[in-house]
Amino acid sequence: MSHVKVELKKEDVAKIKEICKTFHNNPGELINVLHKAQSFFGYLPAEVQEIVAVELNIPVAKVYGVVTFYSFFTMLPKGQHPISICTGTACYVRGAEKVLDEFKRILNVSVGETTPDGKFSLGCLRCVGACGLAPVVMVGEKVYGRVSPDGVKDILKEYE
Amino acid sequence: MHMLVCGGTGCRASASDAIVETLNSELAAKGMENEVQVIMTGCFGFCEKGPIVKILPDNTFYTQVTPADSAEIVAEHIVKGRKVNRLLYTDPENKEHISDSKHMGFYKKQLRIALRNCGVINPENVEEYIARDGYQAIGKVFEMGAQATIEQMKKSGLRGRGGGGFPTGLKWEIASKNHADQKYVVCNADEGDPGAFMDRSILEGDPHSVIEAMTINGFCIGATKGLVYIRAEYPLAIKRLQIAIDQAREYGLLGKDILGSGFDFDIELRYGAGAFVCGEETALIHSMEGERGEPTVKPPFPAESGYLGKPTNVNNVETFANIPVIILKGAEWFSAIGSEKSKGTKVFALAGKINNVGLIEVPMGTTLREVIYEIGGGIKNGKKFKAVQTGGPSGGCLTEKHLDTPIDYDNLLAVGSMMGSGGMIVMDEDDCMVSVAKFYLEFTVEESCGKCSPCRIGNKRLHELLERITKGEGTMEDLDRLRNLSHVIKDSSLCGLGQTSPNPVLSTLDNFYDEYVAHVTERKCPAGQCKSLMQYVIDQEACVGCTACARNCPVNAIAGDRKKPHVIDTSICIKCGACIEKCKFNAISIQ
Ligand SMILES: Cc1cc2nc3c(=O)[nH]c(=O)nc-3n(C[C@H](O)[C@H](O)[C@H](O)COP(=O)(O)O)c2cc1C
Ligand code: SF4
Repeated sequence: MSHVKVELKKEDVAKIKEICKTFHNNPGELINVLHKAQSFFGYLPAEVQEIVAVELNIPVAKVYGVVTFYSFFTMLPKGQHPISICTGTACYVRGAEKVLDEFKRILNVSVGETTPDGKFSLGCLRCVGACGLAPVVMVGEKVYGRVSPDGVKDILKEYE
Repeated sequence: MHMLVCGGTGCRASASDAIVETLNSELAAKGMENEVQVIMTGCFGFCEKGPIVKILPDNTFYTQVTPADSAEIVAEHIVKGRKVNRLLYTDPENKEHISDSKHMGFYKKQLRIALRNCGVINPENVEEYIARDGYQAIGKVFEMGAQATIEQMKKSGLRGRGGGGFPTGLKWEIASKNHADQKYVVCNADEGDPGAFMDRSILEGDPHSVIEAMTINGFCIGATKGLVYIRAEYPLAIKRLQIAIDQAREYGLLGKDILGSGFDFDIELRYGAGAFVCGEETALIHSMEGERGEPTVKPPFPAESGYLGKPTNVNNVETFANIPVIILKGAEWFSAIGSEKSKGTKVFALAGKINNVGLIEVPMGTTLREVIYEIGGGIKNGKKFKAVQTGGPSGGCLTEKHLDTPIDYDNLLAVGSMMGSGGMIVMDEDDCMVSVAKFYLEFTVEESCGKCSPCRIGNKRLHELLERITKGEGTMEDLDRLRNLSHVIKDSSLCGLGQTSPNPVLSTLDNFYDEYVAHVTERKCPAGQCKSLMQYVIDQEACVGCTACARNCPVNAIAGDRKKPHVIDTSICIKCGACIEKCKFNAISIQ
């Protein structure tokens, strides 16, 4: 895993400690703590994990083990507009792969990467449950349905 | 008068929030905001035709509504009492408008028990649930007592809807007999099968039915605490469930001394973090304890030693949603529905190459043919049916010859698939079954927790073999290897994930062997889907030189002068298929 070295600001450290405290520094709440921390920072760099480990009084290895086990947690920052292509079965049979290829081609990044300007990151997710609209693409919180490879340009244009 | 607007995730993605807003402002402009109430409900099920607006009491069912249609609906239907014909559903056969959903092919064969309130009530208002007999079952249970309730559950024949099909009453009885100072009720809302959205729709459309059932469960087994393990990817379901829990507390339906019975019960949410294996109950419990979600050997079963080592009863969302009705209408009523060994109904998320994508609920014993052709309206774009996949990554692909199989737990297992949680994906002649098997294996490889080697290594090998075959590098021995390895993985994996993961491979080998052979011996993909095995060719006779293909080729692989036949440089071509879609003269083919 490539390592992004980050300097945490004083208030960031305080924020993580505060999050741990709302869960009574209970090691059993580790996953909930990480959810909160990720929704605050956008991702979970090693430095954040270290503080969580100290606060909950568990080894950093355990925190790291949990972070890397679950695909929802990420140690890399996402783009300003995270793009997720649904690769659930319904979207797959309705052509999600071609849509994904088109995003890769236009943005010139692979799945899991962010464009050099930090604007878009590309990811896959398993079923948002809007299978009636397959294939489905999410940009941030917004859901786009019945996306065709041709439509990819138009979606990206909205975020220029 | 009421206007019900579908607020499921699918319809909300198609602007149903904005529809509610415009309907309200149109009503206000006509001064009718006090006479007509606009309500956002859960999923109606007919996602293909969403967003849906239903008007009560006359049951008019408007399809594919946009915010711009609101003015017309209010001006015509509400003010003048005239239906807006262009928004009504058109019968695909006789082209007539149908205004009442009861008469649509999609709904005729359905029987809604678990989904009884979805698309009917406002899920964010407990009083609407109460008005539909909500929280009466819990009252009845307090009168009947725990033992009698468990007896009713056993008599009803309800089996777990999360995939395994274990008898629910029996599970409760075992949990009730294990003594401990603290027990837990867990609702499994992890719904990991990609392409399935039954549980989410229930939680979004009728969260109180799950809360009530968990309370009943708690009372029966002597647990005072309930936990819902829900996917973090389901923000709307989480929000509505939390609102429902808060309202239930406020009304004394959760918390201390529920309805004066002396019984205490409360529910908390726990979030999943994107790991399919956490749907397995032992992994789920570890995840709730803040650990990596790795399964452990059973026994001990959760009923003995579950969450924090205490007796824990785990049931699925849909299983819970059935329970209040069973209590109110009785075990006999429920067991009269369905087939001999599978009682009641099953919810399916019907998706793929089918005309009516949506959420359906049918009595057990309905045939696949009825589901696909009568409810599903047949295959999209007049194509030919090829396969139907049930059971998600644990299930198999069934074909034409299985279409008259009545759907139930045992029948599906007998033909090499399984019920699973209720995903049902229909595929047509354009789908390559080797690629489909590969797709599922890709999923399994990614989701295997890695704890045991048959699953961790074996599935990876299966995937590699399939990859080779789709690239035209496979051999006939590889097909035998696939089969042998599949059996080894099934027999020696620790948890249900590994034990079922080769099913997509085995079922496609059984039902589509010729297609595998074509990939291996002829180096051809009969469905034309495996990119490495195809070449795009322009028919020099048919091409008129319109240049549409060349202009649309993303990599400029097509050359040719205006009005002269074009050619594709196959060394540049990335086989994206853009040219075929653009050619009006059908001059481009895949060979
Ligand atoms: C790999 C795997 C994934 C599973 N995923 C789910 C799931 O997403 N939802 C679910 O309810 N049950 C799932 N199950 C089944 C659970 O282990 C468990 O049997 C079920 O929640 C029990 O509830 P029920 O008896 O009401 O079906 C899964 C099982 C396995 C082996
Ligand atoms: S079968 Fe697979 S998912 Fe299950 S315990 Fe083994 S490695 Fe993990």
